[in-house]
Amino acid sequence: MYAFEYHRPTTLAEAARLASGNEDAKILAGGQTLIPTLKQRLAQPSDVVDLGAVAELRGICEDGDTLVIGATTPHAEVAASAVVQRLIPALAKLAEGIGDAQVRNRGTLGGSICNNDPSADYPAALVVLGATVHTTTRKIAAEDFFTGMFETALEPDEIVTAVAFPKPGKAAYVKFPNPASRYATVGVFVAEVGGQVRVAVTGAAPSVYRWTEAEQALAGGLDPAALDGLTVDPDGLNADIHASGEYRASLVKVMAKRAVAACV
Amino acid sequence: MPTVSLQVNGKSVTREVEGRTLLVQLLREHLGLTGTHVGCDTSQCGACVVHVDGCSVKSCTMLAVQAEGTEVTTIEGLAAADGTLHPMQAAFREHHGLQCGYCTPGMVMSAVDLAQTHGHLDEKTVREGLEGNICRCTGYHNIVKAVLAGAEAMRAGVPKAAE
Ligand SMILES: Cc1cc2nc3c(=O)[nH]c(=O)nc-3n(C[C@H](O)[C@H](O)[C@H](O)COP(=O)(O)OP(=O)(O)OC[C@H]3O[C@@H](n4cnc5c(N)ncnc54)[C@H](O)[C@@H]3O)c2cc1C
Ligand code: FES
Ligand code: FES
Repeated sequence: MYAFEYHRPTTLAEAARLASGNEDAKILAGGQTLIPTLKQRLAQPSDVVDLGAVAELRGICEDGDTLVIGATTPHAEVAASAVVQRLIPALAKLAEGIGDAQVRNRGTLGGSICNNDPSADYPAALVVLGATVHTTTRKIAAEDFFTGMFETALEPDEIVTAVAFPKPGKAAYVKFPNPASRYATVGVFVAEVGGQVRVAVTGAAPSVYRWTEAEQALAGGLDPAALDGLTVDPDGLNADIHASGEYRASLVKVMAKRAVAACV
Repeated sequence: MPTVSLQVNGKSVTREVEGRTLLVQLLREHLGLTGTHVGCDTSQCGACVVHVDGCSVKSCTMLAVQAEGTEVTTIEGLAAADGTLHPMQAAFREHHGLQCGYCTPGMVMSAVDLAQTHGHLDEKTVREGLEGNICRCTGYHNIVKAVLAGAEAMRAGVPKAAE
């Protein structure tokens, strides 16, 4: 790891000031992605701004029909939260399936979405539920937030503060986990949002996307057989040592059918 | 250089470290607590698991400075002052939950957290709960047996003999 200047602000205002106007500064949340990246010398920040002591960024609350989760809330806290389990049980289950217990104790919602790994789980939840990402300067609709592989709409010095999730009707997330890391080889989130069925896919393509053909096929109701006639084009899907594009294309349909069947 | 102040195994510790110093380096190299191992150094194997404020974490994937103000427990902090093993340590010995022993400190620390979180454990919970700990020797079978027995012993407050 290259040397850097470490900062431990205790307020969001101070964190924002430390990050602003310094292109070589990096935000540190749970560190489960950033620290391995620094160890491999794939990044060389001059300054690291740790959000760990900024209390206002952590926590879960219910705001009418919306669930608001602070950016630095660890996955384990989301998984165990009675509020999340009551409002959006599929989201609690998604958090419970991330990585392993130690990754869930440190890794955060904000870190996961800002990293936008093509195989990360949370992006599927944000996009399917139509969540809103709150930052230090604005509010961004989830579908505008995830812009490409490891890319988001964030400005370099913008900090994600929270995510607001509208409460869905029936919903379920099912993934085919990578057997080593548990990242989604393919993960599909199906949810009823505002009387419409929505389907979001992670792991398959460079970034999360909505599978509109499946949404149309499911307009008549949450029946897995409604997806039987669809095919997924492997062209442009991710292909790596874990799975070919063809295999991922097949998994998209299988995971989608399982998610529809699991909707509660 | 920044300083970090924390509790390690019940003792207050203040050390000057670099920002980039890992928690595992603070424990092993600055404090001489070499029971915490480094297996992969890539956040996968769990040999480096310690407790930070009671939660198991991979100490190779946390900066020492991030542990400011926390209570850290390592494998050296589990046994009683008179050397009596913690029930989970005793269960690993009793049930042959180790061969070379390299993964064992991390396994035990993860297992203690798992038992504290769930109370009663079943086999599925143990196997899923140890997802982040890799053992190259045992095939896990006896580790799972040890964790189930250790968790029961923790509940009962006394070490339990092998069945
Ligand atoms: C072994 C292992 C297994 C894993 N398995 C899974 C899995 O199954 N599914 C899954 O989805 N993920 C998985 N992960 C990733 C994990 O979920 C991480 O928590 C996540 O990728 C990063 O979150 P973090 O809080 O650790 O962020 P960090 O590593 O601290 O930061 C990641 C990036 O986001 C930026 N950032 C962080 N917070 C903010 C913020 N609030 N505002 C602006 N920028 C910010 C940082 O600057 C950095 O670029 C795994 C990781 C490991 C090590
Ligand atoms: S050494 Fe930390 S996870 Fe392997
Ligand atoms: S006992 Fe040898 S690695 Fe687990």
